[in-house]
Amino acid sequence: MSAPNKSYDPVEVEALKPEEIERMRDEALAAFAAAGDLDALAHAKTAHTGGTSPLALANREIGALPPQAKAAAGKIVGQARGAVSKALAARQVELEAERDARVLVEEAVDVTLPYDRVPAGARHPLTTLMERVSDVFVAMGYEVAEGPEVEAEWFNFDALNFVPDHPARQMQDTFFVQGPEGTTGDESGVVLRTHTSPVQARTLIDREPPVYVVCPGRVYRTDELDATHTPVFHQIELLAVDEGLTMADLKGTLDHMVQALFGPDMKTRLRPNFFPFTEPSAEMDMLCYVCRGESVGNPDRPCRTCGSEGWIELGGCGMVNPKVLVAAGVDPEKYSGFAFGFGIERMLMFRHNVEDMRDMVEGDVRFTRPFGMEI
Amino acid sequence: MRVPLSWLREYVDLPATATGRDVQAKLISAGLEVETVEQLGAGLTGPLVVGKVLTIEELTEFKKPIRFCTVDVGQANGTGEPQEIICGARNFAEGDKVVVALPGAVLPGDFRIAERKTYGRVSRGMICSGDELGMGDDGTHGIIVLPPEHEVGTDATVLLELFDEVLDIAVTPDRGYCLSMRGVARETATAYGLPLRDPALLDVPAPNSYGYPVQIADPIGCDRFTARTVVGLDPEARSPIWLQRRLQKAGMRPISLAVDITNYVMFELGQPLHAYDRTRIDGPIGVRRAAAGEKITTLDGVKRVLDTGDLVITDNRGPIGLAGVMGGADTEIADPVTDPETGIVTGTTEVVIEAAHFDAISIARTARRHKLGSEASKRFERGVDPQAAAAAAQRCVDLLVLLAGGTAEAGVTEIAAPSAPHTITMPANHPDRVAGVDYGREIVVRRLQEVGCDVYGQDELVVTVPSWRPDLYVPNDLAEEVIRLEGYENLPSTLPKPPAGRGLTDRQRVHRRVGRALAGAGYVEALNYPFIGEQALDQLGLDADDDRRRLVKLVNPLSDEEPALRTTLLPGLLGALRRNDSRGSHDLALFETGLVFRPTEGQPGVAVRLGVDRRPSDEEIARVNAALPAQPRRAAVVLAGAREQAGWWGKGRPSDWADAVEAGRAVAAEAGVELIISADQHAPWHPGRCAAFHVEVDGEKVLVGHAGELHPRVVKAYGLPARACAMEIDLDLLEKANQGPVKAPRISSFPVATQDVALVVASGVPAADVEAALTEGAGELLESIRLFDVYTGDQLGEGSKSLAYALKFRAPDRTLTVDEASAARDAAVALATERTGAVLRGA
Repeated sequence: MSAPNKSYDPVEVEALKPEEIERMRDEALAAFAAAGDLDALAHAKTAHTGGTSPLALANREIGALPPQAKAAAGKIVGQARGAVSKALAARQVELEAERDARVLVEEAVDVTLPYDRVPAGARHPLTTLMERVSDVFVAMGYEVAEGPEVEAEWFNFDALNFVPDHPARQMQDTFFVQGPEGTTGDESGVVLRTHTSPVQARTLIDREPPVYVVCPGRVYRTDELDATHTPVFHQIELLAVDEGLTMADLKGTLDHMVQALFGPDMKTRLRPNFFPFTEPSAEMDMLCYVCRGESVGNPDRPCRTCGSEGWIELGGCGMVNPKVLVAAGVDPEKYSGFAFGFGIERMLMFRHNVEDMRDMVEGDVRFTRPFGMEI
Repeated sequence: MRVPLSWLREYVDLPATATGRDVQAKLISAGLEVETVEQLGAGLTGPLVVGKVLTIEELTEFKKPIRFCTVDVGQANGTGEPQEIICGARNFAEGDKVVVALPGAVLPGDFRIAERKTYGRVSRGMICSGDELGMGDDGTHGIIVLPPEHEVGTDATVLLELFDEVLDIAVTPDRGYCLSMRGVARETATAYGLPLRDPALLDVPAPNSYGYPVQIADPIGCDRFTARTVVGLDPEARSPIWLQRRLQKAGMRPISLAVDITNYVMFELGQPLHAYDRTRIDGPIGVRRAAAGEKITTLDGVKRVLDTGDLVITDNRGPIGLAGVMGGADTEIADPVTDPETGIVTGTTEVVIEAAHFDAISIARTARRHKLGSEASKRFERGVDPQAAAAAAQRCVDLLVLLAGGTAEAGVTEIAAPSAPHTITMPANHPDRVAGVDYGREIVVRRLQEVGCDVYGQDELVVTVPSWRPDLYVPNDLAEEVIRLEGYENLPSTLPKPPAGRGLTDRQRVHRRVGRALAGAGYVEALNYPFIGEQALDQLGLDADDDRRRLVKLVNPLSDEEPALRTTLLPGLLGALRRNDSRGSHDLALFETGLVFRPTEGQPGVAVRLGVDRRPSDEEIARVNAALPAQPRRAAVVLAGAREQAGWWGKGRPSDWADAVEAGRAVAAEAGVELIISADQHAPWHPGRCAAFHVEVDGEKVLVGHAGELHPRVVKAYGLPARACAMEIDLDLLEKANQGPVKAPRISSFPVATQDVALVVASGVPAADVEAALTEGAGELLESIRLFDVYTGDQLGEGSKSLAYALKFRAPDRTLTVDEASAARDAAVALATERTGAVLRGA
């Protein structure tokens, strides 16, 4: 190998002898082949291709040759240098590949490690189920209406055709709010709303028909908490008042709702019932979304969800009683409407297999977390 | 209403093969809620026969008295020999007719009767009680002693009608007529398309003037009163088996013949009746409202003080019955009493039967006032057929004559306020329009006739509703009858076309976003009951005059400990936090959004009850609303334990005040509002770690919430983990402060110039003030400012802290020179110095 920093001198054109150039080339190739890693290769690269490497020096000395010798020497040196840089590049690729294979393996981690640094939060499934149901109707053009939870008896009962002392009024176990001193019992005329239906009355008083609203919310009845009852629960109420609405429209709307929530082959069933604020009134059932009715009369396939009845009771509905329209200032000769309401807790219970109502009210994070953000 | 199928068949010729389940299905689709079909006699197989007790040998050598009996069962045992039976019961005597289960019989509960050795004898069967046969309560729980006329060897399963099905129907308030066999039979007949034998179609003698005198002082409360008298009753007469059995199956205990008959007729026709012992009534029967302070002892033995709203039946002495609810003890039918000396039975021999019609609301109020619901009041509240009163009285008379050997007196008292049947005028296509189905006039008319209506007219129908359907009042009521009888299940399914909607309101979107943002930040939603008591407020450490102590109180709370509604979301959330903690979840972040209830000035008030015959005026509605408390919607969070868990990645981090404050910022951000944060002292928070949230509404600073670490005393009082934190914020106020849609910033592509400054201030100076001064002082070139370090320590000395800020400057139109950026920074620092006494660190 040539010593560094030698200035070119015509005396040393010896260095341009072809065998000398060949030797330099072979040394470089040997050094590259011997380099075991990228660092060693970098050293070898400096030594054999750097500005003071023998081939670089030899290259410079070409200029000192007589013109007739230049071309031949240039060719020899050029070829040698080409071979060296090609070998370098090849070895570089080789060593990089080796490095990649080795290092990336060394950097491997256990991707199954759990990561619960900030455990996920969740919204309550009653909240998200109410939103989900509301959204079905919002998509149909309905709007969401709200009302107070501490409500005037007039809105909660009277305006909905619950006449005073009618037995229907006692079907609802009502929390009464205390009035001023000197009043007793229900004299304040203020209650915790027993259903979301007062929002119907408020909406009809506030808006001109056509009215298409859905009213989700919290309601109260004086039941003790147990596995199937809670004094504080949630309902969703629907009200449509327009010209020419029929019970068939009600049925279609219900069918659409259960299809949107439970699948395209779902349907509802109406059974006559009584509610003061609707006439005609009906109890609405939906096809059991678990057994699709196939458990009926089929003891081999009992269904716990519907008790092998094939239908699940969902809530009450009917055509808005004309008296309700009158109390809200809507002309019953011109407009008709339908309404229905049902309990969200119940739907959550059968839709998500909740067995105990208490799980929904106790706020245990273990119950709520799996429901996430949407339902 | 319990309806035995065997009884129902008396009025409708149902197909012999029709089962209780079949009838149930038909009635459900006609709108009767048939909840269950009870199978009577399920698990019972004979032989079960009538026997006559021949001899009784008392066995005394055992702990309890035991009888060894011989019983003649005729040829039922195959031999005709007396059957030897051991029996432990004592309420029968030699010569009595009893029910014998012979070996091979199976009684309900898989009780197999076999020949067996017991008490030193061989017992070949069992003498049965009603309980053992699953017959229901007969009041004695003893051996059944049959009337003597029944032949030995008779199949007792037939005699006692042990095999039957009973439909249990939950009758809705509008269908009072279905609280009778007559009403259910009518629905059944219609559902099957069969004729009805109406039990109310009886020959009734015309009223005359020599019946028992009755005076009605309140014809509104009582618009009809029929009185009939039957004399010469045999006090020994007992209700026959069929009558007792029907009452038992209907859910009522047989008592005495006269009472059983009135109950039977009530079940049959739906008309509540009352039988008075004539010898115990003093003078004419009257109907009036009670005088204040009057008293009566009702049949249940309770002495009651009457209200002036109560309708009472009277005689010369005063009230003898709570009209339509319960009779009085003074005029009760006497139980037969046997004179031990002579063996003569004495008891009621003369009765006056009352079949009256009372005002539904009056009866409902009385029943509720005295907490005294009865079979009678249940029917009157829901409406009783006034036209059935005379028939019911007649039926009662007939049965007393037939079964008690009585004689009907010729006097028939009937007082009836004049009334016309109710008619409804309705277009013939009204049911079609309600249903959305083309039924056509013919079907409409036929269905209404099946209900019992008289129908006239062509396009415009004039419909006279039957007396037993007071619930049919307006055209929609008639539409319902047509639609239900045509089958709700046959309604088509169509969709209306609502006008285009506007989607959720901004407010509704914010409520959803707040929930999502908090859940996204790791909070779990809890929906807590809003009931609280003083204790919760004491635990929060609220001052005596704290506004949150002004409560909306309930008249009838579920618990006396929690008689009011929440004024803050925190008690419920803290309860949930504690519950989770005690159940082993210790790293907790919970949130709730919901209403709180705050009485306004002048509350509690009274919400007047407006009329319902028109829309109330806006003023009237405003007056009603004024009685309601303010019900703002709030969001709140509580935190305890680790906010970030320790793990293989490194250390965890406990939740602290800053998380609570950040939750407030997050909520406000979703509402499009920037909070102004300042230090505060406010229960239930730690006085040194409490932030107040303000927002600007129309240029005014409004307090919207608080956050921070809870006061150690509150933590202790609630039993919470140490250093628990909380935040509560008013969403309604945030809504008001909303600054409108986000205004997009201008993004400059010129290079940024970053300048860091560290400022030393007194430790009491809020960082927010320093930042505000820097921001203002830096001017328009400032793009952003960020506090990246807070330092306290020896280098600064007591009472000081160093705040290090990164300031980014940028111009919209040029590259800033170093001098420009430095000048802006110096201006920022200068203002901070002027406002907060800040000194540039190292300067």
